[in-house]
Amino acid sequence: MSVTEPTSRSETGVGPMFDAEEESLARKQRVEAVAKWLLPIAVLSLAIWYWDRLVVWNDIPHYILPGPGRVMQTLIQDWGTLSQSLLVTLQITLMALAVAIIGGVGLAVLFAQSRLAEMSFSPFAVILQVTPIVAIAPLIFIYIESRMVGLLLCAWIVAFFPILANTTLGLKSADHNLRDLMLIYKANRWQRLRYLQLPSALPYFLGGLRIAGGLALIGAVVAEYVAGTGGIGSGLAFRILEAGYRLNIPRMFAALLLIALTGVIIFAITTAISHFALRKWHESALKRE
Amino acid sequence: MTAHDRIIPPLHQRKPVLSMQAVDKTFNGGVVALRRMSLTVNEGDFISLLGPSGCGKSTALRLIAGLMRPTVGRITWEGGRGTDDLGVVFQEPTLMPWSTVAKNVWLPFRLRGKSFATVRDRIEEVLALVGLDKFANSYPRELSGGMKMRVSIARALVTNPRLILMDEPFAALDEITRQKLNDDLLNLKARTGATVIFVTHSVFESVFLSDRILVMAARPGRVIREIAVDAPYPRGIAWRTSPDYARIARETSDTLMSTLAPGESH
Ligand SMILES: Nc1ncnc2c1ncn2[C@@H]1O[C@H](COP(=O)(O)OP(=O)(O)O)[C@@H](O)[C@H]1O
Ligand SMILES: [Mg+2]
Repeated sequence: MSVTEPTSRSETGVGPMFDAEEESLARKQRVEAVAKWLLPIAVLSLAIWYWDRLVVWNDIPHYILPGPGRVMQTLIQDWGTLSQSLLVTLQITLMALAVAIIGGVGLAVLFAQSRLAEMSFSPFAVILQVTPIVAIAPLIFIYIESRMVGLLLCAWIVAFFPILANTTLGLKSADHNLRDLMLIYKANRWQRLRYLQLPSALPYFLGGLRIAGGLALIGAVVAEYVAGTGGIGSGLAFRILEAGYRLNIPRMFAALLLIALTGVIIFAITTAISHFALRKWHESALKRE
Repeated sequence: MTAHDRIIPPLHQRKPVLSMQAVDKTFNGGVVALRRMSLTVNEGDFISLLGPSGCGKSTALRLIAGLMRPTVGRITWEGGRGTDDLGVVFQEPTLMPWSTVAKNVWLPFRLRGKSFATVRDRIEEVLALVGLDKFANSYPRELSGGMKMRVSIARALVTNPRLILMDEPFAALDEITRQKLNDDLLNLKARTGATVIFVTHSVFESVFLSDRILVMAARPGRVIREIAVDAPYPRGIAWRTSPDYARIARETSDTLMSTLAPGESH
């Protein structure tokens, strides 16, 4: 061992070989950086093009499958109605998410402070989570007069669990030695929460937030399907239902497109928030050289 | 070394800080982690707890730190334990990754409700003491293992505690870094006059650093002998290479070996 080691090391340490290796690595990284954006755009464009061709080549009528151009046209034509509905859906989603954050974090902090509270209430949280929202929603709309509040409640039920579960886990995973240090310096509960547990839980909470953002939208859409009734204050889900009854397929696609875009934007925003909050210290946000 | 080094009186003339009287610690499973440990810690002592793993060194420190209570026996602080009386350094640096170096060192003060501005000078002073004044605004992840340990030491020193507990603080570091930190720790001690209890499983580290070595044995955890190292501080390379050092290291090592069961001695 000790005889062969120096020679093998000096061989791999020879200049040119090392440089070539490094260069190929750098090239690979450059290609990857471009491909990261180019590939998804290319694949998506190809899919849309193929969709368009499929419709044209097979002469599919627009009331069965509209082409992408037709969908865009409808989106612009019906923008008045659709944008109103988008606002409603967006409003319910964001409010539900906000309440889910307050409720989820609040409950998690309560659980972290008191084992008894956790034992008493966590079964309810689990029951709410495992019961499909479509099964609960009809009941909710029977008991709750206001459509808006009902929708909000449904979206909240779906969104709050990942925040609660993740934040609870995060609050519990503070470093043991740091916890001992808090005891040694006689920190009170509030100080321990503020200086140790909350910062430790931040990455977990943000992970939960990314999931909850998408779920809030799903909750808002599903609840509206169940609620069914329309009117002035209806969201995108109702527009899809309505267009379906009238066999206005292009409009169904246009509304669907808006919902999907909303979901993607929510995900992008929560991901960006997470990155900026953690970029200074957390492994998940650090760039490796 | 310099004019403002604190003068530490000889071993038998020091005032007591803390005493453990016949302390036992038995864990729920019936494991006797510590049996009849008695120890008087005096002002200015540098005490090493030396022994194989599982002999109750960490348990002894946790008892002294008040993180758990003795099953039998008492631990008393001379004049009672104040809030700023204790500093602790663990085997891991145990820093808050979301805070800068300076904010980490601020923690003991922050928990006393002192604002950063009022203690900034003191924080800068201890950071300079451990040689990290240029890294006050760095995050822990930007530092090497040895530097993180220095931050941890600075945090333990910042309140000028009466007693500092160190649980194998350098065990995870490489030999060169460890040697450097040992030298620096002695300098620090000379300048601050701190009283230290230092846990280690290295004979050489204990002889180099401390003036009292408690050799411990496992199953049940207990102190089997105290060895005084009556060499003056500051200690450096001259001490490390002296015949006295070799003699005491030999003696300590023999004592340690005699505690191991025959099967373990190899
Ligand atoms: N919290 C605990 N519960 C049960 N047993 C423990 C606990 N902490 C330590 N022990 C046991 O006590 C003994 C002494 O442990 P420790 O003080 O950590 O030893 P050392 O630090 O010298 O390696 C070991 O046998 C260990 O398994
Ligand atoms: Mg230990």
